[in-house]
Amino acid sequence: METTYNYKVVRQFAIMTVIWGIVGMLVGVFIAAQLIWPELNVASFLSYGRLRPLHTNAVIFAFGGCALFATSYYCVQRTCQARLFCDKLAAFTFWGWQLVIVLAAVTLPLGITSSKEYAELEWPIDVLIALVWVAYAVVFFGTIVKRKTPHIYVANWFFGAFIITVAVLHLVNSAALPVSFWKSYSAYAGVQDAMVQWWYGHNAVGFFLTAGFLGMMYYFIPKQADRPVYSYRLSVVHFWALIFTYMWAGPHHLHYTALPDWAQSLGMLFSLILLAPSWGGMINGIMTLSGAWDKLRTDPILKFLITSLSFYGMSTFEGPMMSIKTVNALSHYTDWTVGHVHSGALGWVAMVSIGCLYYVIPRMYGRTEMYSTRLITLHFWVSTIGVVLYIAAMWIAGVMQGLMWRAVNPDGTLTYTFVESVKATYPFYTIRLLGGLVFFSGMLIMAYNVWKTAAGSRACDEAPIPQLAPAPAH
Amino acid sequence: MADFTSDFWNLYIAVITILSIVGCAVLLFVQTTRRGSKEQVDTTGHVWDETLAEYNNPLPRWWMWLFYITIVFSIGYLAVYPGLGSFKGSFDWSSARQLDEEMAKANQQFGPLYEKYLKMDLSEVAADGQAQQMGQRLFLNHCAQCHGSDAGGSRGFPSLRDGDWLWGGTPELVKTSIAEGRMGVMPPQGASLGTADDVKDVANFVLSLSGRTHDELRAQRGKGKFTTVCAACHGADGKGNPLLGAPNLSDKIWLYGGSEATIIETIAKGRSGVMPAHKDVLGEAKVHLLAGYILSLRLRGEAAK
Repeated sequence: METTYNYKVVRQFAIMTVIWGIVGMLVGVFIAAQLIWPELNVASFLSYGRLRPLHTNAVIFAFGGCALFATSYYCVQRTCQARLFCDKLAAFTFWGWQLVIVLAAVTLPLGITSSKEYAELEWPIDVLIALVWVAYAVVFFGTIVKRKTPHIYVANWFFGAFIITVAVLHLVNSAALPVSFWKSYSAYAGVQDAMVQWWYGHNAVGFFLTAGFLGMMYYFIPKQADRPVYSYRLSVVHFWALIFTYMWAGPHHLHYTALPDWAQSLGMLFSLILLAPSWGGMINGIMTLSGAWDKLRTDPILKFLITSLSFYGMSTFEGPMMSIKTVNALSHYTDWTVGHVHSGALGWVAMVSIGCLYYVIPRMYGRTEMYSTRLITLHFWVSTIGVVLYIAAMWIAGVMQGLMWRAVNPDGTLTYTFVESVKATYPFYTIRLLGGLVFFSGMLIMAYNVWKTAAGSRACDEAPIPQLAPAPAH
Repeated sequence: MADFTSDFWNLYIAVITILSIVGCAVLLFVQTTRRGSKEQVDTTGHVWDETLAEYNNPLPRWWMWLFYITIVFSIGYLAVYPGLGSFKGSFDWSSARQLDEEMAKANQQFGPLYEKYLKMDLSEVAADGQAQQMGQRLFLNHCAQCHGSDAGGSRGFPSLRDGDWLWGGTPELVKTSIAEGRMGVMPPQGASLGTADDVKDVANFVLSLSGRTHDELRAQRGKGKFTTVCAACHGADGKGNPLLGAPNLSDKIWLYGGSEATIIETIAKGRSGVMPAHKDVLGEAKVHLLAGYILSLRLRGEAAK
């Protein structure tokens, strides 16, 4: 009879989340600087074109991925009252995932890429990802199967949907014909390739960056607030509606392209239908605090979690709006898209992860609180200011670019050349760099706080499984 | 054009789409509780990890209506716009037709402005102030990416102000270059010239043509090879041939660079320069205006001298 939880793998992933967050965001800061000072493209392996995919892969799959592994492993054990299924397989997911990240960090700067956005890694690494992911699914669902609780907690629905869907997305989109060890060609061509790519791309947002992180939200907000989740009924409706509707939204990335009109229409409509299911998660999280709003004043972890939900609500409103063809005609290809993505990536994904890590990490060292709560508060304000600077700059820049590109002279010629719109964007690039630097500096504050928390205590690989609660009365 | 080889797929799309949208509405409907029950909401009774519980509050009304509105909007949209497979929608709208209509409208509105100049001789266009302004805007959006905002060119892309014309500089030839495009191909000659040393000899002869620093002995040796291999296009004196787009090698203008190393590379590996055809992209009237603008650059250059 197992009497302890596996905290070792949770701790490993949690610590690596902080480290990869710093690495990924540092690369982001560097490429933001390259847009202002192109002279910083000093060598081919440090050029913008190679570092940009490194940045996206590092923050999404290294930082975000490790955060998801850490929190899902923590949550699934505790809500199932069962130790993780198969310690060895769990350890394999940790070391395998770290190997994937290191291989990405080596191959992408060398220019080895499949050139599919957010799926740039070449086929041998794709195979490794598939193996790690199957192991992840076995560990996660194996733990669900051996649970001691009669029902599956809502957070685990979201983690489960995320794990299954990402497996499907990865396998279909990465299908390719290898021509050598480091080069392959996509199994699809033309507009079908574009459609498969954005079916993958948008669901990477929907499942990797949304469903998984909603899973975090459903565990850590009620835990930290010590309040019941607002509505079970709402969680049922928005869960099924969300995972079903997201699948259709991809074509909105291909408005006014060679994609057939009918597919564009469906992409737009299901993106609009997605608004309510997305907001369901925000409502459920924020309303969980009703009756305990005062905790927001004093608890910086809750500040992180609730602010992240506000950014989530904002970007899931913005997304459907941008999917409307007439809006998209203005916003597409501009920095507005970059602003939108970062209000989700920094405001929602990073901030909810940071909040959850501040909850998990002390528990990995036998404590209930981080070394310094004041530093968490500082980190919260630094992050918030950083995100706001970043997204405001990109919104203004994006709308400006969209308007400049469509401005027409009385003789029908374009008023501005492309390079004029680039020149006009410089001030906003500078504000964006500043915002990114501020957010990045918050990660350094976090690293210090984590270091001091770990240094003062002994890491615990195991934690006792509490006695089964008395059978719930129906 | 149909997207599919069989009508089945159109039906398939339409049925799945309708079922999916209606399915969202049904999910919402069956989970909606009756209004008015104001009693204290209780938790579901399940507890996880010692403290986690769930209230069972009803769906927020405003949220539920937001969801319904997006569903109703979608159904309405699919009735009038394409979406259900091959069903075109009652507006019979398509993005291709929207583009055609907008282009037709623009041509109707702006066409006469450009037609006016098409009737004028190119030298007159080049001297017309308004034509120069319009030409410059066209140039900055269509040509500057390669030839530079100041038309000064860059490596591999010729300057349009230096009076040197690879394909001839008469107004008509400039216009033809823009309209039909050009393929400037220098075939790789490394193999036909012999060894790397032979290539170096020819390169030194080429350097001597424009009076650049060179190895006299090598230039002497390279002259013979130049005459048999290179002169066919570049001429025995290296002055080039605009009929073939073969550059003049005796002046100080170098498209890819005039150092010994670059010339060796050009000879051994060849070069391939493409000026895309703009006739179908811009239409003849705009090409005419652009040719006039480019000629005006030269006129201004000469006036400055």
